[in-house]
Amino acid sequence: MLKSKTFLKKTRAGGVMKIVREHYLRDDIGCGATGCAACGRAHEGPALELQPQDPASSLCPRPHYLLPDTNVLLHQIDVLEDPAIRNVIVLQTVLQEVRNRSAPVYKRIRDVTNNHEKHFYTFTNEHHRETYVEQEQGENANDRNDRAIRVAAKWYNEHLKKMSAENQLEVIFITNDRKNKEKAIEEGIPAFTCEEYIKSLTANPELIDRLACLSEEGNEIESGKVIFSEHLPLSKLQQGIKSGTYLQGTFRASRENYLEATVWVHGDAEENKEIILQGLKNLNRAIHEDIVAVELFPKSQWVAPSSVVLHDEGQDEDDVEKEEERETILKTAVNEKMLKPTGRVVGIIKRNWRPYCGMLSKSDIKESRRHLFTPADKRIPRIRIETRQASALEGRRIIVAIDGWPRNSRYPNGHFVKNLGDAGDKETETEVLLLEHDVPHQPFSQAVLSFLPKMPWSITEKDMKYREDLRHLCVCSVDPPGCTDIDDALHCRELENGNLEVGVHIADVSHFIRPGNALDQESARRGTTVYLCEKRIDMVPELLSSNLCSLRCNVDRLAFSCIWEMSHNAEILKTRFTKSVINSKASLTYAEAQMRIDSATINDDTTTSLRGLNKLAKILKKQRIEKGALTLSSPEVRFHMDSETHDPIDLQTKELRETNSMVEEFMLLANISVAKKIHEEFSEHALLRKHPAPPPSNYEILVKAAKSKNLEIRTDTAKSLADSLDQAESPTFPYLNTLLRILATRCMMQAVYFCSGMDNDFHHYGLASPIYTHFTSPIRRYADVIVHRLLAVAIGADSTYPELTDKHKLADLCKNLNFRHKMAQYAQRASVAFHTQLFFKSKGIVSEEGYILFVRKNAIVVLIPKYGLEGTVFFEEKDKPKPWLVYDDEIPSLKIEDTVFHIFDKVKVRIMLDSSNLQHQKIRMSLVEPQIPGISTDISNMDINEPERKKKKLQK
Amino acid sequence: MAGLDLLSDQGYRVDGRRAGELRKIQARMGVFAQADGSAYIEQGNTKALAVVYGPHEIRGSRARALPDRALVNCQYSSATFSTGERKRRPHGDRKSCEMGLQLRQTFEAAILTQLHPRSQIDIYVQVLQADGGTYAACVNAATLAVLDAGIPMRDFVCACSAGFVDGTALADLSHVEEAAGGPQLALALLPASGQIALLEMDARLHEDHLERVLEAAARAARDVHTLLDHVVRQHVCEASLLLGD
Repeated sequence: MLKSKTFLKKTRAGGVMKIVREHYLRDDIGCGATGCAACGRAHEGPALELQPQDPASSLCPRPHYLLPDTNVLLHQIDVLEDPAIRNVIVLQTVLQEVRNRSAPVYKRIRDVTNNHEKHFYTFTNEHHRETYVEQEQGENANDRNDRAIRVAAKWYNEHLKKMSAENQLEVIFITNDRKNKEKAIEEGIPAFTCEEYIKSLTANPELIDRLACLSEEGNEIESGKVIFSEHLPLSKLQQGIKSGTYLQGTFRASRENYLEATVWVHGDAEENKEIILQGLKNLNRAIHEDIVAVELFPKSQWVAPSSVVLHDEGQDEDDVEKEEERETILKTAVNEKMLKPTGRVVGIIKRNWRPYCGMLSKSDIKESRRHLFTPADKRIPRIRIETRQASALEGRRIIVAIDGWPRNSRYPNGHFVKNLGDAGDKETETEVLLLEHDVPHQPFSQAVLSFLPKMPWSITEKDMKYREDLRHLCVCSVDPPGCTDIDDALHCRELENGNLEVGVHIADVSHFIRPGNALDQESARRGTTVYLCEKRIDMVPELLSSNLCSLRCNVDRLAFSCIWEMSHNAEILKTRFTKSVINSKASLTYAEAQMRIDSATINDDTTTSLRGLNKLAKILKKQRIEKGALTLSSPEVRFHMDSETHDPIDLQTKELRETNSMVEEFMLLANISVAKKIHEEFSEHALLRKHPAPPPSNYEILVKAAKSKNLEIRTDTAKSLADSLDQAESPTFPYLNTLLRILATRCMMQAVYFCSGMDNDFHHYGLASPIYTHFTSPIRRYADVIVHRLLAVAIGADSTYPELTDKHKLADLCKNLNFRHKMAQYAQRASVAFHTQLFFKSKGIVSEEGYILFVRKNAIVVLIPKYGLEGTVFFEEKDKPKPWLVYDDEIPSLKIEDTVFHIFDKVKVRIMLDSSNLQHQKIRMSLVEPQIPGISTDISNMDINEPERKKKKLQK
Repeated sequence: MAGLDLLSDQGYRVDGRRAGELRKIQARMGVFAQADGSAYIEQGNTKALAVVYGPHEIRGSRARALPDRALVNCQYSSATFSTGERKRRPHGDRKSCEMGLQLRQTFEAAILTQLHPRSQIDIYVQVLQADGGTYAACVNAATLAVLDAGIPMRDFVCACSAGFVDGTALADLSHVEEAAGGPQLALALLPASGQIALLEMDARLHEDHLERVLEAAARAARDVHTLLDHVVRQHVCEASLLLGD
C-alpha cells in the first residue's frame, strides 16, 4: 500500500539550522471522479459526478469539471458558493494558500466541500506522485504554486481522457491571472478567467452579479494598505527632542471621542503644555498612557478640542475612508481663542501597555480565529485577537494584552490572557473594575502575614516604655455605621486651670508595621484601602485593620495622641504629641453622637465630652471659613443593600450631621498641627499634602453658568469664591446653590502628597491652610503611616531609618500614593455606577426631574439630585434624522429646533438601563420635558410592556 | 495566521502519510565485525546504530553481579550532528540516562536473562540522526543487534510512537509532529504475546482516547515486527549462503 519515495526539502532558518523533512509521494490518491476505473476505491466522501450536469456554458459545451486557482477561490467565493456551480476540483496547493491568507474564506470552502450536493472534491496534489512539483532554482513560491496547479490540471485532463472514450470529460482551469492563463493554454489546458466562464453560463445570468468586481480585488489582495506613517527610531526622537523639534509627553486618549487625544508635555515649559491630537493618522497608533514624541503643527493648522461625543462602533476592518469622514466632523468652525496647540505623534518613546479588561466582539465568521476585542476602558482602542475559543468567551469578561500595532492595521493586535467570568455577574464586574483601576486586591501573601503580631495579643512592658497611659480618659469614637476600621477617637475635658484639654487619638499602626518588612512593602504598594459599595479592599491585613489597630470600645489599644490645651474660644495654647495607650469608652455612630448631644437627659462623661468638642468644633469651623476655606458639594449616595443577595434595593443621598463636621474639624486640626511639627523637624523630607489653586480658566464654566442665572461668582481668591458661593442664592431655586458648589468642585485641582524638600508651594487651597498633611487615618492610608513614623522620630518615641530621610525615595512614594488614591477614587465611582445600574435594572424605567449640569455640542449632561446620578442625553441618534442643533459656546446654550437649553435648566428625563451593549451597560437618559417633537420621549408612551420599542428608539 | 495543519481534511499528514502509516524502515544486521551483535536502522530520517556485547563476565565491581540472572547494561548516546542544531551532547546527561534506563527496562523484559546468571549483557545505542521517535528506533535497532548476537529472547521487542491530533491517532510521529506539542505515547511491544514491555507518555491525554492511541501504537509496532522479521530472515539467508550451506 505504501509506495513511497523519499524527498529532501532543505530550508534554512536563521543561520545554521538545517531542516530535513521527508515527503512521501503516493500513487493511491484518487482523482475523485465517481466510477473512475483507475482509482475507483480511493475516494470516500463527496466526489465529482460522473456525468456532470453543469449549467450550459457557451464556451465549453462538453461536460467538465472546474479547477480554480487561489485568487479565484479567495475573491469569488460568493460565486462558487452558488448552487449552480458544482463539480469543482480544489487542489491542496490552492487550499493551503487560502488557509494562509484568509481564515474566513478557508472556512467557507470547507463548508462547501462538505456539502454533498455541490460535488466539490479536494485533490491532494502535493502528495501525489505525478503532480508533485519541486521548486526550481530562481523560482519563487508563488510561481511554483502556479506551476503546481497547472501540472495538476494537465494531469487531470490526461487522466480523464484515459478513463472513458465516450463521455469526454474535461477539466477547465479558472484563473484571473493573465500570464498564468496564457501559460496554461500553451500547455494545452483549457483555461478561462472567472469572468469569461461565468458570463458564458447562459442559463444562469444572475451569477454575474455575484462576481466580485475586479478593480476592487487589487485592494483586497494587498490588505497591506498602509494607514499610518512610520514611527521614527528612538535615536532620531531623542535628537529631535533635544533640538526642540519634537516634544515629549504622556499620551492621554479622550474618553468621549476616540479620534481625539491630548499629550501632556513633560517638563516645566509654560506654553504648549497640552497638545491636542486629532484624527486617526495623527494619533498614529499611540495608546493611552504611552510616552510619545509629538511634532507641533504650524499655528494655521491648530484646532480646538471638539465637544462632540464619538464612539468607535464600526465593525469593518478597513473603513478608513469613513474615519476620515468622521474626522471632518470634528473640524467645525471655532473661534480663534479656543484654538490649542495641535500636533501629531511621530514616535513612541515608551509603551505603557498593560493587560486590558473587556469583552469579545465575536467575528461574523463562525470559525474565524480573529476577533475584535472591546476594552472596558473607552480610551483604549479595540484590539484584534486570535482565539479558538471565541464562542466560549462570548459574553464573558476577558483580559487581553496588546502585542503590537502594524502600520497597515486599523486596530492593534493582541492576545487573550484570562477569562474573568460572565459579564454582569457582580463578582466578575467587581474584579474587572479592580483590575481596570490597577487596585492590588489579591489576598495577603504568607510572607506578609508572617509579620503580624501573634494572637492572643496584649500590651507588654516593652510597649509601654515610650507611652503615656491615657486609659483613664473618657475617650470615644464617632464613625459611620458599620465601620470596623476605627482609626480615630476623641476626648475633651476641663482642666483645673479652666482651660479645655482636647485629644485626638489615632490608631498606632506604625507600631505594628515596621519599616522595610514585607507587610510594610505590601501596604506601601497598596497605598490606600479601597471602599467599594459592598466590599472593602484593605491596605493592611484584617487582623490589624479591624482588630488590633481599630480603636474599639472597652479594649486597651495603642494610639498616637495629639493633645491640645485650648481656651473656651478654641485658641490653641499648647500642643503636645505622644504615643499612648487608650481605652475607648464608646464607639458611636454619627447619629448616636448627635442624639447624645441633643438629648437633655443624658449627662454622662462621654456626652459632656462630646458637647465640649462640638462647641469647639463650631468655633474652629467658623475660623476656618473666615480664612477662606471652601465648602464644596458633590452628590454622594449610599446604597441600601439587600442583606442576602447584596443587591442594592434603595438609594439614599448621604446626610450630613453636625457630628460629621465635628469629627472632621478635629481631624483637620490634628493634621495641620502634625504637619507643622514634622515640617519643623524635617524641613527637607516631611510628607505633606497640598492642594494647588486652580488656574482661573478652570472657573470659566462656573462663572458663565452663574451669569446665565444673573449671579456673580468671583474667583480671584479662595475667600471671595467661598463668599460669592454663599451669596449665590435664588429664592425660587433653592437647589441652585448646591448645583453651583457641585460645579465648583469640578473646577478644582486634585490634592496631592509631596515631599517638602522637593517643592516650595505648600498651600492647601480648599482648606485655606498654609500647610497640611494626613495623619488621622493610618489604617486606610499609607501616607499617614509615614507621617506617624516622622512624628514618632520627632518626639523621640521611635528610631529613624535611612529611607525615611531620603527625599527622592519619599518623592517616589508620594507618586505611587497619589496614583493609588486617584485609582481608588475611580474604582469607587465605578462601583457606585455599577450598583446604580443594578438598582435601575430592578427598578425598571423611571422618570425623574433633574438639572442640566453641562451643555455640549450634541448633548446635555443632566444631574438627578434624587439619585446623585449624572447622565448624558444625546440629541443625535444614528438612524434618525438629525435635529437642528445650534450650540453657543459663550453662554453656553444649545438650541434644538425651537427649544433652548441652558445650564441649570430643569428638565425631566426618563432613566433606564440600556443593556444593548453588554460590555458597557449604561444608564440611558432621554428627554421627557420640555417636549420637543421627534426628540423627546412621549410620556404617554410610557408603557412598560413595550421595552423593545423603546430600546430601539433610545439607541444612539 | 494558520498554523501547521497536522492532519488535513483528506486524511493526509504533513509528509504525505495517512494516520496509521509508518515511515519507511530500512535495517541491516551485523554491521560491525568486532561486536557480538550489531544493527543499523533507519525509520524515515531517524537513524540509529546498536551494538551488543555479551553475555560476558561482569566488568568492574563484582558486587553488581546478580545471582539469578544476567545484568543488562544499556547506554544511549546521540551524535552531535543528529539534530538540526549542532550541539555537544555529553554522556550521562539527564536525557540519555533516562533513555538508557528505559532501554534497560525494555530489554530486561525481553531477554531471557535467567539463562546467564552472574553475567552481563551490554547494549550500546547511538542515534546518528533524530527526526522523531528516537526511543522506538533505538529499541528496534537494539532488538536486531541482540538477535544478531544470538542472545535468547522471548520475542522481538518492537517499538513505535503514536500521537493524537483532532480525534485521530497518528502512528510513528516525525519530528515536525512531535514538535507541535500534542500528546505522544511510546510503546514497546512483544508482538507474539501482545505483552507490553514499556509504555510511556509525558503529556496529558483524556482517558477515553488512550485506548485508541494505544491501539494505533500497537498496530504500528506489529507492522514494525513484520518488517524486522523480514530483515532477520534475509540476514540469516545471506549468512547461511556465506557459510556455504
